[in-house]
Amino acid sequence: MSDSYIGKDVIRKEAWDKVSGRAKYNSDYSSPNLLHGVLVCSNCAHGYIKRLDYSQAVNMPGVKKILTGADYSILCGSIIQDRPPLAVGKVRYYGEPVALVIAASEAEASAAAVRVVVEYEKLPTVNSPAEAIQAGAPLVHDYLGDYKHVIPEVYPTPGTNIVHQVKIRKGDMQQGWADSVCVIEGSYLLPQADHIAMETRNARAEVLPDGQIIIHSSSQAPFGIRKQISEHFGVELGKVVVHVPLVGGAYGGKAAVQLEFLAVMASMATGGQPVMISNTREQDIMASPGKIGLEARIKLGADAKGILKAGEYTFLLGTGAYADTGPRMGNSIAMNCTGPYKIDNVWCDTYCLYTNHTYVTSFRGFGHSSLTFAVERSMDKLAAAMNMDPLELRRRNLITPGQTSPSQVMMTPSILGNVPACLDKVAKLINWDKGARIRLDNQRIKAKGLACFWKTSNSPTDAFAAAIISFNSDASINLNVGAVKIGPSTKTTLAQILAEIMQVDINKIHVEMEVNTRTSPHHWKTVASMTTFMVGRAVEEAAYDAIHQILSLAAIVLQCAPGDLHMSPGRVYYKDDPGLYVDLADIVHGYKYPNGHTIGSQIIGRGTYVMSRLSPMNKETGQGKTGPYWTPGAQAVEIELNLADYSYKILRAATVLDAGKVLNPASARGLVMGAMGMGLGLGSREYYIYDQEQTLQNSSLRTYKVLRIGEQPEYLVDWIETPHEASAFGERGLAEHGILGIHAALANALSEAAGVELDQLPVLPELIWQKRKEQQL
Amino acid sequence: MIPFDFEYYRPSSTSEAVQIFMELDAAGKNPRYYGGGTELISMARMNSLSFGAVIDIKAIPECNVLEIDNGHLMLGTTLTLTRLHESNLFPLLAQAGSRVADHTIQSKITLGGNLCGSIIYKEALLPLLLTDTEALIAGPSGMKTRQVNAIFNQSVQLEPAEFIVQLHMAEKYLALPYIHVKKTKQDKINYPLVTICALKNGQEIRVAFSGVSDFPFRCSNMEAALNERSRPIDSRVARALEVMPVRVLNNLEGSADFRRFILTNLLTSVVGSLEADAI
Amino acid sequence: MKEMLTEGLIYLNINGEVRKTLVRPADTLLFALRERLGLTGAKPGCENGDCGACTVLVDGWPVKSCLMLAVEACDHEITTIEGLNNTPIQREFVEKFAFQCGYCTPGFIMNCQGLINIHPDASDEVINEWLQSNICRCTSYEEITAAVKSALNTVNNDPVS
Ligand code: FES
Ligand code: FES
Repeated sequence: MSDSYIGKDVIRKEAWDKVSGRAKYNSDYSSPNLLHGVLVCSNCAHGYIKRLDYSQAVNMPGVKKILTGADYSILCGSIIQDRPPLAVGKVRYYGEPVALVIAASEAEASAAAVRVVVEYEKLPTVNSPAEAIQAGAPLVHDYLGDYKHVIPEVYPTPGTNIVHQVKIRKGDMQQGWADSVCVIEGSYLLPQADHIAMETRNARAEVLPDGQIIIHSSSQAPFGIRKQISEHFGVELGKVVVHVPLVGGAYGGKAAVQLEFLAVMASMATGGQPVMISNTREQDIMASPGKIGLEARIKLGADAKGILKAGEYTFLLGTGAYADTGPRMGNSIAMNCTGPYKIDNVWCDTYCLYTNHTYVTSFRGFGHSSLTFAVERSMDKLAAAMNMDPLELRRRNLITPGQTSPSQVMMTPSILGNVPACLDKVAKLINWDKGARIRLDNQRIKAKGLACFWKTSNSPTDAFAAAIISFNSDASINLNVGAVKIGPSTKTTLAQILAEIMQVDINKIHVEMEVNTRTSPHHWKTVASMTTFMVGRAVEEAAYDAIHQILSLAAIVLQCAPGDLHMSPGRVYYKDDPGLYVDLADIVHGYKYPNGHTIGSQIIGRGTYVMSRLSPMNKETGQGKTGPYWTPGAQAVEIELNLADYSYKILRAATVLDAGKVLNPASARGLVMGAMGMGLGLGSREYYIYDQEQTLQNSSLRTYKVLRIGEQPEYLVDWIETPHEASAFGERGLAEHGILGIHAALANALSEAAGVELDQLPVLPELIWQKRKEQQL
Repeated sequence: MIPFDFEYYRPSSTSEAVQIFMELDAAGKNPRYYGGGTELISMARMNSLSFGAVIDIKAIPECNVLEIDNGHLMLGTTLTLTRLHESNLFPLLAQAGSRVADHTIQSKITLGGNLCGSIIYKEALLPLLLTDTEALIAGPSGMKTRQVNAIFNQSVQLEPAEFIVQLHMAEKYLALPYIHVKKTKQDKINYPLVTICALKNGQEIRVAFSGVSDFPFRCSNMEAALNERSRPIDSRVARALEVMPVRVLNNLEGSADFRRFILTNLLTSVVGSLEADAI
Repeated sequence: MKEMLTEGLIYLNINGEVRKTLVRPADTLLFALRERLGLTGAKPGCENGDCGACTVLVDGWPVKSCLMLAVEACDHEITTIEGLNNTPIQREFVEKFAFQCGYCTPGFIMNCQGLINIHPDASDEVINEWLQSNICRCTSYEEITAAVKSALNTVNNDPVS
């Protein structure tokens, strides 16, 4: 085979299933004996449950059972166990599940759910992270000190709303400020928002007579579900089986375990019958976890040349009513708090705070998109204060190999990639040198904004992946991994890696799309843009394992040493004489001599990969290495602002990131553009709107607005390729990164155009109007 | 999933529709006339509305009329917004309708549904307010005709058993110079912050608004102020806003102050363009 | 007058076949297609008319099946994604990488197919106006736009396909 599969636009393996309506997602399954669970959600943001009366509902037709928080005493959470699947005693956010109605049909369950009466005694609410940290703020959790910690590195402060705290202490701040001639400060506000995967979260569960629990879920974390269900219901791990078919979008939101608990409880309560729970869109927005809120204060100091000397960062991360992965996102933000800049003196305090809003979980970028907004708005402020070109200021400060990150990781080209090259390329794409602000006429202004970003993962230091490849007798290969098939064409990319190493036709690789925790090899979670890296490495190992087996067998057949042989598509041949060969199909299920004697049998390759040399962050200094490498990049946005009504058009948006090696350019470009689109949505329109009572006002897609066709800019995407030496073919993760700096670049461009500081999201025309009015412009 | 059951009726004449309505009503079934159903279905699903029966009026021939007869355009109430748009017999109405919800839903939303539903914006009403449109109404006492301006005056003034069958407007209005502008909070597909429809009838400018207050309106005092051509446009607009008879809406789409700002700008440009005939 | 007072059988003409199905008057067409007829190509994304994932063709026009009662669809011709077979728009979606998770894809394709049937000469503006009825959360829309333009081209140059 002369053609390489690496760097090719290979079409998704499941493409035709998806365009013909044949692709099956979890809720596409139905069966006459399936029961349906419908949630009753709180309409109070913080209050004691005074009365919960389901006497009317329970006698409605078809109703099997109604569950409330009183039925199970479970507290769940992947970091700190603080959340009952159904509220117990009090509710902590608008939309919190308080009861679950199980009935023979969804219609009957819905009909009964509206008859469940719940009365609350309202409590004062915590409305924002800033309010949460005030002394004397109402407490969202009264017994914070009693909660079980799942990992040791979580540091709550009982008696407050602080569920976790992270510090970065690097260098000497006094020295840093002393060396600075210019100091700027800014405060930034990013409200909570939602993932809006088009497939809402759903799960079904069934308890078999022998105690096995079978779960089918739309999830990014089948193995996480298995672990938590096993632990909380006291069932052996191996007796819990989790199936995940294709997933209809996730963006981090399906890494949380929520509906699975409820489905298992429902099945247990109905004698083990299969029960399906499917969020309505409204529930998916208000009841299931969303994106963090962030309030940030950043103070930067620079010397006369614009070189950063000191950075002080305070981040108040709003995790909503429950922690879920909020603390870990706090770590992430702290660990990369400076953005991709070299600063020797860094002081960062990050607090993860409870509020009476919908709780949060991982979201594309894992905190980095919010962080980047604050950092990159600050860089523009510093540039303005120093009267410097924002591009030049950034250039002078970008981090390069030989320097250390805030958590004191020494950078190498392999670990960091090439940030300056990204910035230079993006500046070219957006024609930065043609002017950052152009007045078109007396109403319209065109302006550009920049942002740089970096991200590494923050996964458990023992997270690993595995892969199994098995040969069919026609020499085609089955590839089985524990990664979930969501949107990124990960499984196709893995097939490319396998095809490349094994020198087989990619059409002869059959990838198992569904994950089954009993038959699929383990993979911690399909998150953090780490799947291609981790599973890719495992696939590589599995391929080498299989090649070794094949060559050993072929060596016997061809009467030589394995080292004398070479694999080519479809056969193994003798290097010195390619005319001497054996067909793969003749050996992958064992080789049969003419006399019937057979040696060897099915070739099965296995591979695993665990990231090496990772360590958690030190409690006092933040020192530690939580991810194997960074993916850095730079972005730019060009807008046109209309001063008559402050409406604006996003004209162009550019991203250049260091992808290490682009394995599938069309898919990679699609992922980056999609993430950019999502980021522009967050920058321009998406947010949870709460009223005085902390009632969520926009829990439908009528009112929670996302970008639609025609509202997208022209996209410009390009790459730098500095290999990450430890990855298959040198690739770096890129599934999230298009989102990271794009709303910062948008706000920078709009601030430039409007002549006011736009330091909060989303930037709505009314916000620009408001800011200009305040400044009497 | 709609959490309750209801009965479905599809009458083939107006009298049948009214009669079944009265029977169901008397039986305590809380019936609703059903056109496109988009609003009834979504509100029922949220349990924010409940009813025991729907009467689908789409099979009634008179409700589907779309023709010009005797100098009048006759529009059946169950014509969809898409149908109005594609036929384009009344361009201003076509345009106003084409900014309600999204394109796919426009082929389900009916003219009557947009006018009589509970969503407050009723953007298809604006062109009707400007054109002295009359509504043909079916009700317990048979058919009658009323001015649209009188029916849609701060609320929908129809008896429960009544429904609009057709809307009639003089053909002369259809070709007049017009402007339709809609401003939203941010997204194209959204409820209006401000929607303005304006017509120029000879020298007289007529204007109707949606999104400004909790019910669409047209106001003669405002029009008088706007048509006072001797004064500069800015001061006419300022005057019009002073006499505006409604409380400006303050909701998720925008604050009342921002709405005033947008309204002032839009009105200035609408009047300016219509007077300059730049359309 | 036609009426349906309670759960009962209706006949729906779907993808050229008459299919009998049991529904309540309050059931939507989306529900009947998915839960009663096993045609799960149309997806629920909001059941509120906002996302377009449930789009099917009714008499050739795109309709959000979550906002149509099943009983309302009697006497109309319904086409679902399962009724398309290797059409230009499907091919273009594959070739232009016009989806990632694929959940929005059947709805988008049905809307595109409606557009191709009704306005094969659609301008960019008309394309946008139509497709704005659907949400895709994965792609950037650039790929979908490219796919529909390319399919319109194919259809215009070769009306038989
Ligand atoms: S499910 Fe029908 S439009 Fe969203
Ligand atoms: S491909 Fe995932 S929503 Fe469109």
